[in-house]
Amino acid sequence: MAKTFILDGKTIPFEEGETIMEAAAAAGVYIPHLCHHPEFKPHGSCKLCTVSIGGRLGAACTNKAAEGMKVESETEALNGDRRALVQMLFVEGNHVCPSCEKSGNCQLQAAAYHLGMLTPHFTHFYPARDVDASHPDVLLERNRCILCELCVRASRDVDGKHVFGIGGRGIRARLIVNAASGRLADTSLSVTDRAAEVCPTGAIVRKRHGFTIPIGKRLYDHHDIAEAPVAGMERPGRD
Amino acid sequence: MTEPKKLKVATCSLAGCFGCHMSLLDIDEKLFELVKVVEFDRSPITDIKHCGPCDIGIVEGGVCNAENVHVLKEFRKNCRVLVATGACAITGGIPAWRNNVDLWDCFQEVYHYGIGLENGQIPNDPELPLPFDKVHPIGEVVRVDHFLPGCPPPADAIWKFLTDLAAGREPKLEYEMLHYD
Repeated sequence: MAKTFILDGKTIPFEEGETIMEAAAAAGVYIPHLCHHPEFKPHGSCKLCTVSIGGRLGAACTNKAAEGMKVESETEALNGDRRALVQMLFVEGNHVCPSCEKSGNCQLQAAAYHLGMLTPHFTHFYPARDVDASHPDVLLERNRCILCELCVRASRDVDGKHVFGIGGRGIRARLIVNAASGRLADTSLSVTDRAAEVCPTGAIVRKRHGFTIPIGKRLYDHHDIAEAPVAGMERPGRD
Repeated sequence: MTEPKKLKVATCSLAGCFGCHMSLLDIDEKLFELVKVVEFDRSPITDIKHCGPCDIGIVEGGVCNAENVHVLKEFRKNCRVLVATGACAITGGIPAWRNNVDLWDCFQEVYHYGIGLENGQIPNDPELPLPFDKVHPIGEVVRVDHFLPGCPPPADAIWKFLTDLAAGREPKLEYEMLHYD
């Protein structure tokens, strides 16, 4: 008899050591998330997957499932907090969907659609952020970066290259690259690297592939991220 | 039998491209149904220059100059319900890309150094509205009642939104009508 816990009244089986997120995904239940990716170590930083675990709040991607625990995720309060988190991400960067080639395949946008965000609500920062177009095949567009560190993890854990890192603190935190010049072209990044295609937003994109699938015909133009295969953990944007 | 009172609607485009207005016109033959229940006050469609008391104000575009503020405040004062329509009204949108460029540098680039320009001059006619150094979403200047995202919002979304408002319902968009692009 498999061990189980309760998520929003539904019995979810889990294997010993699995996180709430992993068990929920395996059972086909979507918990909103941005920095989580099933192939990488949990990061627990975006806080979108915050759930109530027996009355205490915790990240579903870092908390392990336990026998009989009661978890709430789809509550008005938690989704309200998630919407506010996404709104803060929108105003903290320069996320201009109309001019972004990732629009329609972007998980930040999709999470906002899922949560019914009609306005970013908070006062925009309009921060000055650098674009690095030096690499022949990959564009680094920091205006769209949400600091999820998926590229950092992919480059370090899969590609074995340590191309990306986060530098600075607070509002000055930014994605930096491992080259004395600070230019992406001077790193060992290759377009075939996992790090070059794992970005959930349009911060790291392949050049010359932005509009292979036209705007309006992309994944999240028609599908709620909650319905996407394996609870939104496929790889949208591989066009 | 008396005709039901028509809703008064005013529309304007501030720092926008009139794309949202084009999308409004794109409801095609539903325009005939619309004018049965709606009467346009100030709008590029009527060319009326100032709005009187209205039920619904549709504002396209963000705020990039002094005139935008005057128009926006006139709308807020006169419209019972104000709808921020499209990406620019809601977030500043594409015009807000200049928020990280010094205004003077921006003018120099546009009027002096742009490709193909010769002997360019920066316009300084006193009738031209004073530009702001930054572009703002309208919600940073006045209270906004509803937000209708999209670049532009799809014609069907505008139709759904207006008919919901006209019927006294809280406007609600289906998943495929909610777009930021």
